[in-house]
Amino acid sequence: MATASDTEVRKTPLYDLHVSLGARMVPFAGYAMPVQYPAGIIAEHNATRSAAGLFDVSHMGQAILRGDDPAACFERLVPGDIAGLATDRMRYTLLLNDTGGIRDDLMVTRIEENGVPALFLVVNAACKDADFAHIAAQLGGDAELQILEDRALLALQGPKAEAVLSELAPACRDLVFMQGAEMILAGTAAYVTRSGYTGEDGFEISLPNDAAARLAQTLLAHDDVEPVGLGARDSLRLEAGLCLYGHDIDTATSPIEAGLTWAVGKRRRETADFPGAGSILEQLKDGPLRKRVGLLPDGRAPVREGAVIRDAGDVEIGIVTSGGFGPSVGGPVAMGYVSTASATVGTALNIELRGRTVAATLVDLPFVPANYKRAS
Amino acid sequence: MANRKYSEDHEWVEVEGETGMIGISDYAQEQLGDVVFVELPDVGKLLDRTDEVAVVESVKAAAEVYAPVGGEVIEVNDALNGDPSLVNTDAFGDGWFAKLRLTDPAELDDLMDEATYKTYCEGLD
Repeated sequence: MATASDTEVRKTPLYDLHVSLGARMVPFAGYAMPVQYPAGIIAEHNATRSAAGLFDVSHMGQAILRGDDPAACFERLVPGDIAGLATDRMRYTLLLNDTGGIRDDLMVTRIEENGVPALFLVVNAACKDADFAHIAAQLGGDAELQILEDRALLALQGPKAEAVLSELAPACRDLVFMQGAEMILAGTAAYVTRSGYTGEDGFEISLPNDAAARLAQTLLAHDDVEPVGLGARDSLRLEAGLCLYGHDIDTATSPIEAGLTWAVGKRRRETADFPGAGSILEQLKDGPLRKRVGLLPDGRAPVREGAVIRDAGDVEIGIVTSGGFGPSVGGPVAMGYVSTASATVGTALNIELRGRTVAATLVDLPFVPANYKRAS
Repeated sequence: MANRKYSEDHEWVEVEGETGMIGISDYAQEQLGDVVFVELPDVGKLLDRTDEVAVVESVKAAAEVYAPVGGEVIEVNDALNGDPSLVNTDAFGDGWFAKLRLTDPAELDDLMDEATYKTYCEGLD
């Protein structure tokens, strides 16, 4: 089945390791990525919730923004309080378009290079070329963007992540959720943040490409660590109520509708100087017309992205944007948008499924409580 | 096992008299991954060959299962409602989907035998 496009599929530095572990490789955002290993999605999901899972997220885009005042500069593109970040602290934020739609969601960490502040950015794989072009075009002259093609990104997630990683770098114990630090891991300088996309405690580790496979093998040699593919990454983030870009959020959704109001910084609401501030602040004041909510279908049949949501009176009120099976919940889980008038927790709904409907209940997100190590 | 036949869509049918028991192959369950739900047909439903007989939901996606031969559904595997993972653990046994009373046994001639199917799957990898 070799086609011309197969030869253009990019590989992460862990490609050979994935293959040797028996992963099923699928094309994702232009990369050959492991969707699952022989253990299977449910086992990988459960290993992450109960012990630790290792994820290759090297396909994501990493970059450093430098300049006289990179934080102030970057605030022109996002609604987050970036200037207020202390060194080695990170924040989830959003690249917005001029109407307040979401171009991408990303992590921003304020780092220091020889005493000079810079921003470390991690963006979605599918958006990275467009994001970096946008950032460079908008901020060119005031800041310089260096794309880190030579760095891999590993995520170690789960309740045992700290115990495992501290065997290599005891300093990781000192990090709290959304904090980073440079550490030597298996002989290589890596930038480690206490963050992730599973709802569990854990770390993301940025390190040079040529050291990635060695660190991955060292971590996988630990009894408490299993390799985890994109399939379980999706079920973990869905249970954690986290948005998947291109599905739960996109250029047609606003941060307010998406329930990401907390990502619009307090100071930024007053200065109103981010893209789309007019419409976003209006929604903040008047309330959005629709809201992202959790959906718990009755029975065992998963509902999927695109399924129409109706109220008890059979009136169409929204659409499913992510849906599947939640292994920790033990049944189907979904999220989607419904009109604000119907967005009350406990509301009985019907979701279309293959020409019939499945009863469902509107619930709070997340489905599984977050297990972060927050600053006490 | 000698009378088990396969479709190109990875369904199997095992014939005993006028009855054909159907399911999906080991290759298919492996491609799907963990099965979390199987939507089975109603007993009494009349199916033409290639009509949708069931839907298999894995963690990631839904896949349609087509009848490899035509017939009337006379029994479904209710055990899959309680434990859909039987499709993964025993695709050719306890993970069966339905039994059909065959409309036209001659349709079986268009399906692959074990050896041909095995070669067919090898060509897909």
